[in-house]
Amino acid sequence: MTPATPSSSIVTIRGDHLVVCDLVPEGARVLDVGCEDGALLQLLTERRHIDGRGIELSQSGVNKAVARGLSVVQGDADMDLSDYPDNAFDVVILSQTLQATRDPKGVLEQLLRIGGQVIVSIPNFAHWRNRMQLLWRGRMPVTKYLSYQWYDTPNIHFCSIRDFVALVEEMDATVVKAVALSGQGDRIGFSAPWWLWNLIGEQAVFLLKR
Amino acid sequence: MTDTPVQDGPVTAGLTPADLELAQRREIDTPSSKCMRCGAEEALPLDSGVILSPWQIAYETYGTLNADRSNAILICHALTGDQYVASTNPVTRKPGWWTMLVGPGKPVDTDRYFVICSNVLGGCMGTTGPASTDPATGAPYALTLPLVTIRDMVRAQARLVEHLGIDTLFSVIGGSMGGMQVLQWASLFPQKVFSAIPIATGARHSSQNIAFHEVGRQAVMADPDWCGGAYLKAGKRPSKGLSVARMAAHITYMSDTSLHQKFGRNLQDREALTFGFDADFQIESYLRHQGMTFVDRFDANSYLYVTRAMDYFDLAAEHGGSLAKAFLRTNTRFCVISFTTDWLFPTSESKAVVRALNAAAANVSFVEVVSDRGHDAFLLDEPEMFRTVRGFLTGAARARGIPAPGGAA
Repeated sequence: MTPATPSSSIVTIRGDHLVVCDLVPEGARVLDVGCEDGALLQLLTERRHIDGRGIELSQSGVNKAVARGLSVVQGDADMDLSDYPDNAFDVVILSQTLQATRDPKGVLEQLLRIGGQVIVSIPNFAHWRNRMQLLWRGRMPVTKYLSYQWYDTPNIHFCSIRDFVALVEEMDATVVKAVALSGQGDRIGFSAPWWLWNLIGEQAVFLLKR
Repeated sequence: MTDTPVQDGPVTAGLTPADLELAQRREIDTPSSKCMRCGAEEALPLDSGVILSPWQIAYETYGTLNADRSNAILICHALTGDQYVASTNPVTRKPGWWTMLVGPGKPVDTDRYFVICSNVLGGCMGTTGPASTDPATGAPYALTLPLVTIRDMVRAQARLVEHLGIDTLFSVIGGSMGGMQVLQWASLFPQKVFSAIPIATGARHSSQNIAFHEVGRQAVMADPDWCGGAYLKAGKRPSKGLSVARMAAHITYMSDTSLHQKFGRNLQDREALTFGFDADFQIESYLRHQGMTFVDRFDANSYLYVTRAMDYFDLAAEHGGSLAKAFLRTNTRFCVISFTTDWLFPTSESKAVVRALNAAAANVSFVEVVSDRGHDAFLLDEPEMFRTVRGFLTGAARARGIPAPGGAA
């Protein structure tokens, strides 16, 4: 058994994880919903010294995270968020998962209830490459970043950056900060109006508050 | 709830039932293991209102307690288990019941941790139980011993842990009834439990489980050799009744799939049905074997007491019906484990515990292990469970500052 897993063991850090890391305050209580194998939680523990918890649907993900010494429960964003009390966490993170939930609005509502701040990252369906595939080929978009066919995708509730911002407004929450990213997770390092980000951002990270 | 993994061959090679019975009788008052004996000044108040004195608790230890006394792990055994978690049982001469999990280099690494395992209160392997000799009469207590609860078992263990000079247990680990004790420990002594691993268990005994236990108890009591509980005095043993109780219980430890895979409708040493009530089917023969070997090593009244303790267990009821309140402000790290085909303590029972822990803002991990072996899975070779326990304990040890055997923290 390898003893500790120091930060040097992390070979590559995902770009969107770094963006999230910048948004999380030092020492915060954090819940990562859909935490996969716990890579982000571990990064946040090392760099931000958070008190972290995770929820993950896949058993293999949970087991890997628990084996890293993280506190992760097997669960489902649609079903299990209602178990947590109000304001249980300083920050709740939902990374690349909202589009795979059955009830995205209900999930977002729960996130805003549980967390003082909410960080949501989403793939942007209105990226120009997707628009081109639909426009010129008349086919559902399949890209390197979103590589599923329409019939096997777990992503059942796609939205665009503008759709998401509209939903946040409808729910009386505010976007404190937003960052658009490329498919590889590189920051699109300039601020632009929503319509432009909606065209060139393959994904986006939002910091929300209510 | 179960003790030994599913066995095929004779479990007690070379020993006659008479040998076993004699060995078992000897272990009741004078266990081969370590034993803490408490006199009148260390009396044990029980939930029933009775103060038990004198009493004793038999236990085994493995590994070495470190200088900080921070590396102690308590293993809680299930219904018919014992303190021999990782060493040979002196009655059956079989290896420890959880040697796949506990031992040098194992997930519960005895090169790193100091492991304690004690026989439960009400048991029959050296801790005070109904077969123990009542010093007031010189005869076995039988039914004059007050009923004990899971909380009583835990209080007795807490006395032992204190006696060993340990303030805080690094971890408390157990499956089934052992898991109930783990939950009770974390709720009753949160400051004494750094981490907890309740496996294949629940925060209460369900109606269905009480029902199965009642069938078992009624089978024991229906045996004329039970003698109203005073069979030891009468020189008899309710072997038939206890055997039937064990057979019924054993079914609940397995799954439909595991039974089907192991036995199907295969016939036992015969080519055709006999049109009689012999054990035509392998499953019948197997169950009879399980029942028969059980009576040689277990006391019938003990079975009544310990099943009753499980029935009475309801952690939420102790806290006004709110399980979350049982864990309020806990700093214990929990790792809850369930198995997909366990219908005795289904995943929903574990999830109820996890929900309550979340509501109490506790530090909790939860893993459901895919297995087709039913409730018994927790005692068997389940690599996913081993990986989870090892990983969780390693993370917790890091947080507690317990060095790895190699020396690195």
